[in-house]
Parts: sequence; structure tokens; C-alpha cells
Amino acid sequence: MENVSRIFAGVRRGAPTRALEPANLMVSDNDFVTILGPSGCGKSTLLRLIAGLDQPTTGRIILNGIPVTEPGPDRGMVFQSYTLFPWLTVADNIAFGLREKRVPAQRRTAVVRDWLGRIGLVGFEHHYPKQLSGGMQQRTAIARALANDPAILLLDEPFGALDNQTRALMQELLLGIWERERKTVLFVTHDIEEAIFLASRVVVMTARPGRIKADVLIDLPHPRHYTIKTSPEFSALKARLTEEIRAEVVLADAEH
Amino acid sequence: MAAPHNMKPLAPISNTVRLALGILFFVLFFAAWAYATLGGYVSKTFLADPLTMLEEGWLLLTKHGFLGDIGITIWRVVGGFVLAALVAVPIGILMGAYKPIEAFFEPFVSFARYLPASAFIPLLILWAGLGELQKLLVIFIGSVFQIVLMVAVTVSSVRRDLVEAAMTLGARDRGILARVLIPASAPDIAEILRLVLGWAWTYVIVAELIGSSSGIGHMITDSQALLATGQIIFGIIVIGVIGLISDFLFKWGNRQLFPWSLA
Repeated sequence: MENVSRIFAGVRRGAPTRALEPANLMVSDNDFVTILGPSGCGKSTLLRLIAGLDQPTTGRIILNGIPVTEPGPDRGMVFQSYTLFPWLTVADNIAFGLREKRVPAQRRTAVVRDWLGRIGLVGFEHHYPKQLSGGMQQRTAIARALANDPAILLLDEPFGALDNQTRALMQELLLGIWERERKTVLFVTHDIEEAIFLASRVVVMTARPGRIKADVLIDLPHPRHYTIKTSPEFSALKARLTEEIRAEVVLADAEH
Repeated sequence: MAAPHNMKPLAPISNTVRLALGILFFVLFFAAWAYATLGGYVSKTFLADPLTMLEEGWLLLTKHGFLGDIGITIWRVVGGFVLAALVAVPIGILMGAYKPIEAFFEPFVSFARYLPASAFIPLLILWAGLGELQKLLVIFIGSVFQIVLMVAVTVSSVRRDLVEAAMTLGARDRGILARVLIPASAPDIAEILRLVLGWAWTYVIVAELIGSSSGIGHMITDSQALLATGQIIFGIIVIGVIGLISDFLFKWGNRQLFPWSLA
């Protein structure tokens, strides 16, 4: 991939609820950016705008020099809710995007086999989503998005519904994939530890109406191991971001 | 059998208990019927006893060619129903998927759905005579609007996030229709067809009660003239049994076709 940049200028949502104030954000290639904020701060709106599932009121979103107008396979997305197609097996779910692109069956099978290995679901290819645990479903959803080879991967609190242990494992799995693939990733979460552990950059958003408040570089070394969560550097970052977020949560609470 | 004092709300029961309880109702029903008729509490003119019913039923089958009547009635129901489904399912899917198409058809279909199919019988006799076409049309009119509306609702209520996921994977209009909306609503559409087939049975009998020379409904009208209540009841029971069998076949077929929705 070339050294592409993404400019994200002046995005704003409809009149009654100003979900997102004009915001500027630039994400460069191979970055892992987490967007951290209290619930209802418009961070999901931001992601849906980039995905093209929602139209900005003002401003425009540019990906690799081309303005975003509608959803497309260049922006893969993983949702918080389980969105695997229940009528397709794990293998067919992963191959969905490739099928839409009319990739030949042989090549599809190869990609699917490759991804099954990477997400540790070999042997489950003929299972239906209902037969999988939540963690397995989200792993498949990540593979489904990445099998399409998107320019950017968007994740909207993908581990929000999982228990803590599964969550930690999923974070490591995702980070492992990123360390190898160096995809550009935009990850929305309200979990501070998750935001720091995964990111090369954390963007903090304010309470409604959403604005970008802080942009913190995370220079923890790669590859990261879960033990990093107990290091002094990690704790310092966590303390700093906790303060930033706390002010916002208090504000958001006062509004209600 | 589960005693009432250890019944808990929504608690599951074993298949054996379920079957036994289901059969028990039929046994009690026939016992009460036999008691009322054989015991002489109800006049034979108005209600035949179970034994007479079976005897007359046997005569119907062996002497009066009732199997032919059953065959022709099944043919009418299935024929009219299949025609209705062939027209209604595609329209319903398109209505559910595309709002302009919905806006175009919905008001008329909602209105037409309340038109009683049986009230069309005199008109249909005028237009199509007393032949098979008229019977098929009654069932067609009775089923088609119901299927259209229910299918449209099912398709339009497919989970939004599945559609959005497909869009972020590069699916376009036709792809979303063919590979998300239709497969997602297929089990529910099959369930709608099963339900409407049940209604189609009531239309066919009504159609056969008026101006018909064959079929289960025709036999029932003939029996009324002869005060053969045993035959009438036998005819009704036959319809019930056929309904039960078709229901079972539908459920079995759905399980084979859509294993993912039950897994």
C-alpha cells in the first residue's frame, strides 16, 4: 500500500440532536486509532459516517483522496451487535464480501481457509452462527470484514457484549492481526484500558454534542503482551485518560 | 402425567408426556360425544354417534367414491394456493424491499384483504361458471392479498444491521435483495404459507357448498339434505386430518430447508 492519508473535515449531524460537532480528524495509513468517549458522545455516529451508513450534515469524509458517499467494501465494519448472516455457515460468512466482488470460488476457499486459521476457528467452518459463542461470532465478523481486504477497518465496540476474559483474549487476537497486517484501524470503545492497549493513538471525545477533545499518542512498544497493562507507562496513560474522560462523564451526567 | 400441583410456568415437558396429553384430549372428546349420543341424551336426527359416523364414513369411502371427492378438494386447495403464492410472494418481497412499490400496492391490498372471498362466489359463478376455474379463483382471492401483506411486513422488518453489514461488505441493491433480504425472511415466508394454506381450506369448502357437483363440501351439502349427520361429521373430520397432515409436512419441510433458523 502507498503512504495514503485520510482527511476528515467538518462532520456534523442533524439539527435536533447535535450528535457530532464539526470535527477534524486525520488518520494516516497503518494507524490503529481508538476513539474513546462516554456513551452518547457521537463516537458511533462518527464511525457510521465514515462507513457511509449515515450522511454528514456538513463537511466531507475523504478516503485515499476519494470522498465517501455510500457504504463500500473499502471500509470494512464490525458492529457491536452480532451481525453474521444466520443462514450462512462460518465459511460462507467470511466469503460473503468476496462473493459480492465475484472472486472465483477457488480463490475464495483459499482466503477463507487462511482466515479460519488466523482466528482459530478451523473445524468450525460448517457451523452456523447460532452454534457459536459470542466471542467466536465476533472473531468471524472480524475475519469477514478483513477477508474483503478493506483500506480501513472500522470497529464499533465489537467486544462490548463479551465477558472480561473473552474480551481480553479478543483484544490480543485483534492486536496480533494488526501487528502482522498493519491495516488501518479505527476502533470505537468506552473502555479506557482497551483503548490504550490496542492503539497507537487514542482520540478522546467529549460528551454531547460530541467533539474531539484530546489526541494522545500511545508509544508503548510492539508486539504488546497483556502484561503491559500492569506496567507503569500504561498506568500513567490510564490515569491521564481517566481524568479526561471523568470530566466528560460528569458533564454528561449534569445534563440529564 | 404431570399433576397440576407441580406445573411451573413455561417449564418444558418430555415428548412422551406431550404426546399422551395430546391424545388424552381426543379420547375425552370422543368419550363425551359417545356418552351424549349413545346414552340417548341427544337425538340421532341432529347428531350421529361415533359408531354410526365411522360406519357411514366407511360406506362413503367404499360405495360412494368419497376418495375421489377428497382428491378433487385437495387438488383445488393446492392449485388455488400455489397460484396465489406464485403471484403474492414476489410482489410481497418487492413491496417489503422497495418503498415506492409498497406505496403503490399497499393501500389497495389492505383494502382488498378485507373483501370476503366467499362473497365473490356469486360473481365468480357469473364470470367463470361452475367449473374448476371458479373454485380456484375463490381460493386465489382468499389467499393472495393475505400472503402479499404478510410477506411485505416480514421482508421490511429484516434486521437493519444485517443489511448494513452487507453494504459494508460491498453488497449492492440486487445483492442485498437476493442474498440478504430473501434468505433472511425465507423461514418466515414459509411459515406464512403454512398459515394461509390453513385458511385456504375454509374457502374451498365454502366454494364447494355452493354450486358444486364434487368435493368434500359438496358431499356435506348432499348429506344435509339426507339428514346424514354421521357423513357430515366424517367429512369435517377428514378435513381436519388432512389439515394436520399438511401442517406436519410443512413443518418438516421447513426444518429441512432452514436448519440454521432452529440450530
